[in-house]
Amino acid sequence: MSTLPQQSEPMENGSATASVPDMNGRFGDFGGRFVPETLMRALDQLAEEYEAAKKDPEFQRELNQLLKTFVGRPSPFYFAKRLTEAAGGAQIWLKREDLNHTGAHKINNTLGQALLTLRMGKTRVIAETGAGQHGVASATACAHFGLPCTVFMGAEDIRRQKPNVFSMQLMGAHIESVESGSRTLRDAVNEAMRDWMSSVEDTHYIIGSVIGPHPFPMIVRDFQSVIGRETRDQSRELLGRLPDCVVACVGGGSNAAGMFYPFVEDEGVRLVGVEAGGRGSQAGDHAAPMAFGQPGILHGSYSYVVQDDDGQTCDVHSMSAGLDYPGVGPEHSYWKDTGRVDYIQCGDTEAMSAFDTLSRTEGIIPALETSHAIAKALQIASEMSADQHLVVCLSGRGDKDAMEIARLKGQEF
Amino acid sequence: MSAIDDLFARLKSENRKALMPFITAGDPDIAVTSEILQAIDQAGADLCELGIPYSDPIADGPVIQDSYQRALDNGFRLNQALDLGAQQTAALTMPLVTMVSYSIIWRVGLQKYVEQAKQAGFHGAIVPDLPVEEAAALSKLCQAADFSLVQLVTPTTSRERQLQIAESSSGFLYYVSVTGITGERTKLPTDLVDHVAWLRSQTELPICIGFGISGPETAAQLAPVADGLIVGSAVVRRIHEAGPANAPAEVAAFVQQLRQAIDQASTRS
Repeated sequence: MSTLPQQSEPMENGSATASVPDMNGRFGDFGGRFVPETLMRALDQLAEEYEAAKKDPEFQRELNQLLKTFVGRPSPFYFAKRLTEAAGGAQIWLKREDLNHTGAHKINNTLGQALLTLRMGKTRVIAETGAGQHGVASATACAHFGLPCTVFMGAEDIRRQKPNVFSMQLMGAHIESVESGSRTLRDAVNEAMRDWMSSVEDTHYIIGSVIGPHPFPMIVRDFQSVIGRETRDQSRELLGRLPDCVVACVGGGSNAAGMFYPFVEDEGVRLVGVEAGGRGSQAGDHAAPMAFGQPGILHGSYSYVVQDDDGQTCDVHSMSAGLDYPGVGPEHSYWKDTGRVDYIQCGDTEAMSAFDTLSRTEGIIPALETSHAIAKALQIASEMSADQHLVVCLSGRGDKDAMEIARLKGQEF
Repeated sequence: MSAIDDLFARLKSENRKALMPFITAGDPDIAVTSEILQAIDQAGADLCELGIPYSDPIADGPVIQDSYQRALDNGFRLNQALDLGAQQTAALTMPLVTMVSYSIIWRVGLQKYVEQAKQAGFHGAIVPDLPVEEAAALSKLCQAADFSLVQLVTPTTSRERQLQIAESSSGFLYYVSVTGITGERTKLPTDLVDHVAWLRSQTELPICIGFGISGPETAAQLAPVADGLIVGSAVVRRIHEAGPANAPAEVAAFVQQLRQAIDQASTRS
């Protein structure tokens, strides 16, 4: 049995290993399972089925085939010439997850988990979504396999991500508008968990990020790791070596986990995660638990979280719905405390400016979430030399944000 | 022996079953919660579960979620529940346990939480989001402090696991009647009685059934097979509907009805 150390003991610093989590779902001290007993059997079943699937060549073949022919993988590794010139430093490369089917990295995970759903003999899928990208990716995977799908989405997010809501409905998914709390991603996770409490016998909950109780953070990371594996191969092929720095945005942290994980043991590669700095460092103005929060428990795992002295989760803010979340995946907390990944923040305004820069210099309109990574990549690249290489995970495209950006800029859509 | 062990020993010798209402601390405010505690104590409750409001209660249905949110919106802080315990427990016949998320316990600190709750007069804790695999540290501290750590068994728990949970639980075992969240049900699973009877044959710990008990009728059905019954949403809903002025009397009347139904059903068995 695992026990948590007292808060006063700082975690031992050392190099991070890729051999995590342990059998209790712990990444160092982080992770675990803090959920009602009702869900424990389903989590055990999922962990067993996933271990079996990993060793099953037929499962791997089917997933890889889908990633190739349905998603369009491998995604391109693109040299951003004019963006590089704008930064005036390291050469900037973009890992184009925005070119995946459905326009973001989320589909890598939902196809894997939908296959697991079928393996477990479950007949219904539920999912939460913030920006709607995971909702769309879930609806897509479910339409592909003929599974009924219900997506929980905060009412505020439904407002700011309307195009994705419409797409989900077109593919036959049922949208549950969540009116509780701040009516954003955190509340959508709560409602999905509550549904699962009643439906767990025949329903699989496709969590969209590297959050939640074990084995979800591991499974989502593994399915997303195709991003980092391809990036390694493409770097070797096109640069003749690994990149010097890799940057990704972090909400729950799935695109970053998938990008970083294959590089964890490559000491020469600097890894930088960008949290949403929102409007400032005051509680309620940001969504940056690793910068301004502390370790605590939320949504079934032990990780950095923005909460008050009583353990109540605080409201958070980011203009991007996908980063507007008070917690973060436990493996990111592990990487933070071991010092393997640098986590920094980018505010709303700076992200918006990077959104404009990428759109105009490269003809690529990024998602608002991704814009946070672009902003910090520009800054970091400018501090590096011209013979160095920096890769940004371009996690999603910005079509979904067009209406919200017009509103934020005070323009008619 | 904690006060909870004493309670169940006494009830057993009297061939009676425990009635355990759940109320939310601070809904609508702490002063009313205090009055409700006195009212249900006098109305015949054997033990009260005091729900500590939490921002993200995933095991709870809308009635309890909303009551937690009302309390938090009214500025509820954990200290208020501890102060309430300190002021009330000496005057109450029934022991109090807290229903509290592990998120809160962890944030306060395991040792500190147990010390503070015990000092405030609480006799135990039910931690609905702490499965047995993660409970070792808290369980050890509770044992050392003679503070009950009530663990939960559900319809999805295998028999082998039920025994493991019974082994590490103290005070009583909380048997969750349904696969789902808290809330009143008109019908409970048909195999519930058999499942509880099996567990009854395996452990000396009292077994109390909760989730879904909506009123005297469901309480009477389950009383013969259990050592105690927990009624949450039906109580919390009445408190909210009655309003601050009438809540204590309304809830007391409901507790009396439940008391009568349980006592009659237990005598018949």
